[in-house]
Amino acid sequence: MSNLTPCVSVQNVSKYFGKQQVLKEINLEILRGEIFGLLGPSGAGKTTLVKELSGLDQPTSGENYLFNEKMPSLELINRIGYMAQSDALYLELSAKENIEFFASLYGLKRNKQKQRIQEVMEMVNLAEHLDKLVGDYSGGMKRRLSLAIALLHDPEILILDEPTVGIDPLLRKSIWDSFYELNKKGTTIIITTHVMDEAEKCDRLGLMRDGSLIAVGTPNELKEKTNSDTIEKAFLVYGGVSDEN
Amino acid sequence: MRIKALTIRILRQIIRDKRTVAMLIFAPMLVLTMLHFVFNGDDYVPKVGLVDVPQPVLSELDLSSAEISEYESEDTAKEALSKQELDGYILFKNQEPFIYLEGSDPTVNGETMRWLQSVFKPLQNTGVNIDLEVTYLHGSSEMGQFDYFGPVLLGFFVFFFVFIIAGVSFIRERTTGTLERLLSTPLRKWEIVLGYVLGFGIFAMIQSTLVATFSIYVLDMMMEGAFFYLLIIILALAFTALTLGILISTFANNELQMIQFIPVIIVPQVFFSGLFNLETISDWLSWVGPITPLYYAAQALRDVMVRGYGWGDIYIEIIVLFGFSLLFIFLNVIALRKYRKI
Repeated sequence: MSNLTPCVSVQNVSKYFGKQQVLKEINLEILRGEIFGLLGPSGAGKTTLVKELSGLDQPTSGENYLFNEKMPSLELINRIGYMAQSDALYLELSAKENIEFFASLYGLKRNKQKQRIQEVMEMVNLAEHLDKLVGDYSGGMKRRLSLAIALLHDPEILILDEPTVGIDPLLRKSIWDSFYELNKKGTTIIITTHVMDEAEKCDRLGLMRDGSLIAVGTPNELKEKTNSDTIEKAFLVYGGVSDEN
Repeated sequence: MRIKALTIRILRQIIRDKRTVAMLIFAPMLVLTMLHFVFNGDDYVPKVGLVDVPQPVLSELDLSSAEISEYESEDTAKEALSKQELDGYILFKNQEPFIYLEGSDPTVNGETMRWLQSVFKPLQNTGVNIDLEVTYLHGSSEMGQFDYFGPVLLGFFVFFFVFIIAGVSFIRERTTGTLERLLSTPLRKWEIVLGYVLGFGIFAMIQSTLVATFSIYVLDMMMEGAFFYLLIIILALAFTALTLGILISTFANNELQMIQFIPVIIVPQVFFSGLFNLETISDWLSWVGPITPLYYAAQALRDVMVRGYGWGDIYIEIIVLFGFSLLFIFLNVIALRKYRKI
């Protein structure tokens, strides 16, 4: 699936919030066209890292590059779709008003806008709920609407922060199906998760713990190297190694 | 394009929130109506000018408990009157006293008249006619307390409600994560601030037009000048309240903390805006007035509504108000750097 050219490059990135260090000397390359998962418990620094990649935050030291250009930059932001952990939606407005608003922010023209909205809403199975107020949406519907908004401007890189939290298994499967579909079209997907079985679905994984990237590889590589039969066990082995240091 | 989208979104949100809309429009009307029935006066030392008062009369007068200045001619006294350096002056023509009052503040009118009557009492026996002839530069003897305080209150309510609503909705934008979502799009920081200013600005204009119309035509508040000038002043004030509200909301973590700023930011402005006579404020605090937006708005509103002045007399205040807005917009863009550096 991936053609082995990196589109994201994280170089020696550290981040401090006050005295607390939340990212420790991270080095990472994410390849064009892959689904890359960042796996780790909450507080591991996953969100901080993806926020830096989406231009919302900056490293204290080190640099992030997207398509060989340094982040943050407004040019690059246009090529990224970002879906935050919380559903950032306007509850007083209808789904259509929400999505039209964001479409305008990305500068989509009238006709293109209509067509894209229809496409992404069908992709997340919300096309028939377009005129409902978002306040009346269920949790799962809100997540899917957030995803649809992140897809609107057809980004080359999709950054998803815990996209399937609180979503029932059936829906999770359908959301993952849409990820695969996008991926097939060439979209690079970066996804954070703390759910182990979800990690198995990624092309490659980065394991994070206490602000450090403790291992990177395909799910199978990680399991083989540690002689484990699950990602969870592999994580424990890598985590244990880092504890001894 | 992006600013327009943001403006439309904000207007839509406001319209959906029917209760807030009703609150913003009817609360000021209700309170103004109540105040209309409540107002009463207090103490004041009048500033009186004397023009051509005959020496024998002057020696008979007890001029204590007022600030007295003497003038050579009526013209200089009149000028001092229109600059509000004097509350009134006495002019003797053919041994007869004529009184001219500045007239825009009924409390001051009352105090000045009371003082004059007590001063001229001893003259009753000397044969001078004390049937005092009174002329008002502004206002009239009919003018009530409410007419004088009204313009300040009108300004205050517009400021207060716009400040709160803008601040709270910006906090909501932050706490629900939508601000972060906005910043993950190519939207520029100044576009966010400007979108807010336009969205709420349009609504503030509708609100203030309704409240002002109600005050003038239903409550019969004095209105000497042009309604158009009133709207310009109110709009300039609303922009200031809006940009200040958004700025202050940066220092609050939730809606309750925003409310806590009211005693710090809003209430002091009321004291220094001219609702209470500014000359009775102690010197060490008198510098506060000129740094508060409401001070300028109140002055301009009073110039238009009570004194009937036009553009030439209010443009400085309007420039100052827009200056405040620009300053706050600038600070807002800087404050947003906290969320995205570029």
